[in-house]
Amino acid sequence: MDEQTNSSSPSRRSLLGWGGAGLALGAAAAGGTVAALRDGGDDSAAPAADTGAAVAFHGPHQAGIATAVQDRLHFASFDVTTEDRAELVQLLKDWTRAAERLTAGSTIGEGAFGGIDEAPPDDTGEAVGLRPSRLTLTVGFGPGLFAKGRFGLEGQRPAALADLPKFPGDNLDPARSGGDLCVQACADDPQVAVHAIRNLARIGFGKVAIRWSQLGFGKTSSTTPDAQTPRNLFGFKDGTVNISGTDTKTLDDHVWVPEKDGPGWMTGGSYLVARRISMRIEIWDRTGLKEQEDVFGRDKGEGAAYGKAHERDAPNLKALPPTSHVRLAHPDTNNGARLLRRGYSFTDGTDGLGRLDAGLFFLAYQRDIRDAFIPVQTRLARTDALNEYIQHVGSAVFAIPPGVRDKDDWWGRALMS
Amino acid sequence: MRPVRLSVVTAATALAALTAVTGCADKSDSKASSGGSGSIQVTAKDDSCSVSKKSFPSGHVELAVENKGSRVTEVELLFPDDRIVTERENLGPSTSAKITAEVKAGSYEIACIPGMKGDGIRQKVTVTGGTAARRSPEMDAAVAGYRKYAQEQADATLPKVKVFTDAVRAGDLEAAKNAFALSRVGWERTEPVAESFGDIDPKTDTRADGLEAGQKWTGWHALEKQLWQDKKLGSDATPLADQLDKDLADWQQRVGKAEITPTSMANGAKELLDEVASGKVTGEEDRYSHTDLSDFKANVEGAQQAYELLKPIASKNDPALTTELDKQFTAIGTLLDKYRSTSSPDGFVSYDKVTKAQRKELSNGVNALAEPLSKLAAAVTK
Repeated sequence: MDEQTNSSSPSRRSLLGWGGAGLALGAAAAGGTVAALRDGGDDSAAPAADTGAAVAFHGPHQAGIATAVQDRLHFASFDVTTEDRAELVQLLKDWTRAAERLTAGSTIGEGAFGGIDEAPPDDTGEAVGLRPSRLTLTVGFGPGLFAKGRFGLEGQRPAALADLPKFPGDNLDPARSGGDLCVQACADDPQVAVHAIRNLARIGFGKVAIRWSQLGFGKTSSTTPDAQTPRNLFGFKDGTVNISGTDTKTLDDHVWVPEKDGPGWMTGGSYLVARRISMRIEIWDRTGLKEQEDVFGRDKGEGAAYGKAHERDAPNLKALPPTSHVRLAHPDTNNGARLLRRGYSFTDGTDGLGRLDAGLFFLAYQRDIRDAFIPVQTRLARTDALNEYIQHVGSAVFAIPPGVRDKDDWWGRALMS
Repeated sequence: MRPVRLSVVTAATALAALTAVTGCADKSDSKASSGGSGSIQVTAKDDSCSVSKKSFPSGHVELAVENKGSRVTEVELLFPDDRIVTERENLGPSTSAKITAEVKAGSYEIACIPGMKGDGIRQKVTVTGGTAARRSPEMDAAVAGYRKYAQEQADATLPKVKVFTDAVRAGDLEAAKNAFALSRVGWERTEPVAESFGDIDPKTDTRADGLEAGQKWTGWHALEKQLWQDKKLGSDATPLADQLDKDLADWQQRVGKAEITPTSMANGAKELLDEVASGKVTGEEDRYSHTDLSDFKANVEGAQQAYELLKPIASKNDPALTTELDKQFTAIGTLLDKYRSTSSPDGFVSYDKVTKAQRKELSNGVNALAEPLSKLAAAVTK
C-alpha cells in the first residue's frame, strides 16, 4: 500500500504539550550549544576521557554512580501500572536488553528506519549518528514496589530504604515526588540521554507510566577530585568533598551495600535520594558578595573554605560561620556521614512571575539513607543559611540494585527471583 | 478533530484493482464504450437481480438498468470490499437508467437494492484484461465489514443529529444540551472515515482553535459554545443547525465511496486513539459541554470495531500483539466504566469533574492501548 501521509502542521495543542515534554526538548536542544562551548570540565583525567565513548554497562555495580559524572541528565520516575508480577519481570528484562544497546550507542530493536512501511520504527531515531556519549542508565526501585499486596515483595524492602521525614521548609509537590521505579540517564550529549528515557518509556507503555521527569545540565558535583568542582546556579563551587569514583575504600564504606547489611538482593547496590531543590536565584543575585560567601563558608572565586587558600584545602570548620552550608553539611559535623553526590542544575522555563524556574536536582547515593541523608538534611533544614534562598519541592527515594553482570542477567533479578 | 489530518483514505497504487475510477449515472447514452463490450443489461426486481453478462473487458463499462420490480430500487457496481464504483439511486418501478464507469480488471459485484436498504441482491462479475492485484478474501471481508459499520453509524447518527438540531431550531436549550453528545457518537466512532473526505470535518467538527483566519465557524462546537458558554442561542443558531444536518447528510451519502484498506483501517484505529490522546484526555474537544468522555468512549469503540474485524488476520501473523490488544481494550473499557453516570444524558460524568490524577490515569490507559495498536497495521500487512 502506498499510504500517503500529509504531515500535519503543529497544532496549538502540540505546542502546549504536557508540562515537561515541549520544554524538555527545547531545553535539550538549547543545551547542546552550551555543551559545545563549555570547557572540558573534569573529563581530562576521567577513566572515560573521551566524552563520546561508551561506558561499560555490565559490572558488579550499576554504572552511573561512581562513573565520572557526565554533563547531562534526564531522570525519570515511573509508576508501575501493571499488577502482574510476570509483566514487571518482563519489563525489567526488556529494559535491561534495551539499555545494553543504548549505552553501547546502538539503536533499539530493528532500528529507526528501513523496516516495513506500515510499522512505526522500533527506535525513535533522534540519536542516530550520535556517539554513545558515555551514556549510563541506572535503575532504582521505589518504596511502592514493596507495598503489601502488589508484587509479593513486602518482605524484601530494605530497612535502609527509609521514608524521609518531613523536613522543615519542605514544600513537596506530590506530582514531582515518589515513584515505583526510576531511571537515571546521564550522558555528555543531552539528546542521547533524552532518547534513552523516551525509548524506555515507550517500551514500558501499559506496564509503567512516567510519573515525573527532570532534565539536568551543568553537573554540580564531580566524582573526579583532580578536576575543578563545577559551579551551581548560585555561582559557587559546592560539593567539593565528594566521594571519588576511584576511591574504592570510601565507596565500599559509604556507597555500596555490603552483604552483611542485607537484604541479599541489594549486595553491591546503593540507595538514592533525589530532591528537586528550587533556587530563588533572583533574590540570591541581589545579595551582597559577603553574605553569599557567608552562606556557603567559601570564597566565590577560588572556592576555598574561609581561612584557606585553595578549593580542596580541608576546611577548618570552626573558622566558618555556624550556619554556613559547608560547615553544616561537612562529614565532621555529621558523625562522618558521607554522600556521593551527582546533582545537576536545571531551568524548567519560568514560573509565571517573571522569574526562572531554576534550581538544583540533587542526587545522592549512599549505603543507608538512615545514616546519611536523613541526619545531614535534618541538620541543614534546621539551620542552614542557604534555606533563605532554596526550597525543596520534589523528593523521592530508591533502592538501587547491584549491577547487571552479563547478557543473561537483568535489573533486579536477585529481587524478583 | 485536528486542524490538519492525515488522510485515512489513500491512493491505492499498489492495488491496481482498487484504484480510483470514475462513475457517472446518466439517463441517456454517454460516450461510446472503449471496452467494446456494449452495455450490460441489469434487470432489477423485488426479489432478483439479473445481469446479461458476468464477464466483460476493462475500460468503459455501461450498465443499462431497468427496474421491473414494484419498489424503488438502487443499483450499484461494487469493489470486492463493498466500496462503490458507481451507483444509481431512486430508480422507481418501470424506469430505466444508464450507469457508466471506467473500470479496471478485477472482481466486482453488481447489487440491486429494492427499497434502497441493506446489502441488496448481489451478482458477482469479472472484469477482464490486465493483471489485477488481488487482496485476500479475509481482507476484503474485513474492509466490507468496516464499511458496513461506518455506514450503519452514519445512518444511525442522522436521526440523533436531527433531535439535536430540532431542539436548536426550537430554541429549547435544555433539550439541545441533552442531545448534543449523543448526536456525536456515530461520528466519533468512525471519525477517520469522515475525515477522509477532507471537506466535511472542517465544517462539522472544528473547534474554535482550529479555525483559520476568516473561516466561518460552523458545526457542533459552534453550537456547543452557544449552549454552554453563551447560555443563549445566537441569531445564526438555526442556520448552523440546518448546515450541520446538510453536511452530515453529505457524509452519510459518501461513506460508501470511501476508499478503505486493511492498512487504513488499522491506522484509522490508531488515529482514533490519537484523537483521544490529543483532544479528549486534555478536555479540549468538548471544552464548553465537558462531554469529552462520551467522545472518548466512541473513539475507543470505533477503534475496537476496526480491530475486531482485522483480528482474524492479525492474530495469525502476530498472536502476541492481539493478546495484548484484547487485554488493553478491556482495560480501557473498565477504566471508562468508572466514569459512567446514570444522571447524565450521555451516560458519563462531566469531564470538568475528572481530576488531574484521574486524567493521568486515563492517559496512561490510552498510551497502553495506543502503543500496541500502532503495530496493528504491520501485523495485517505481513
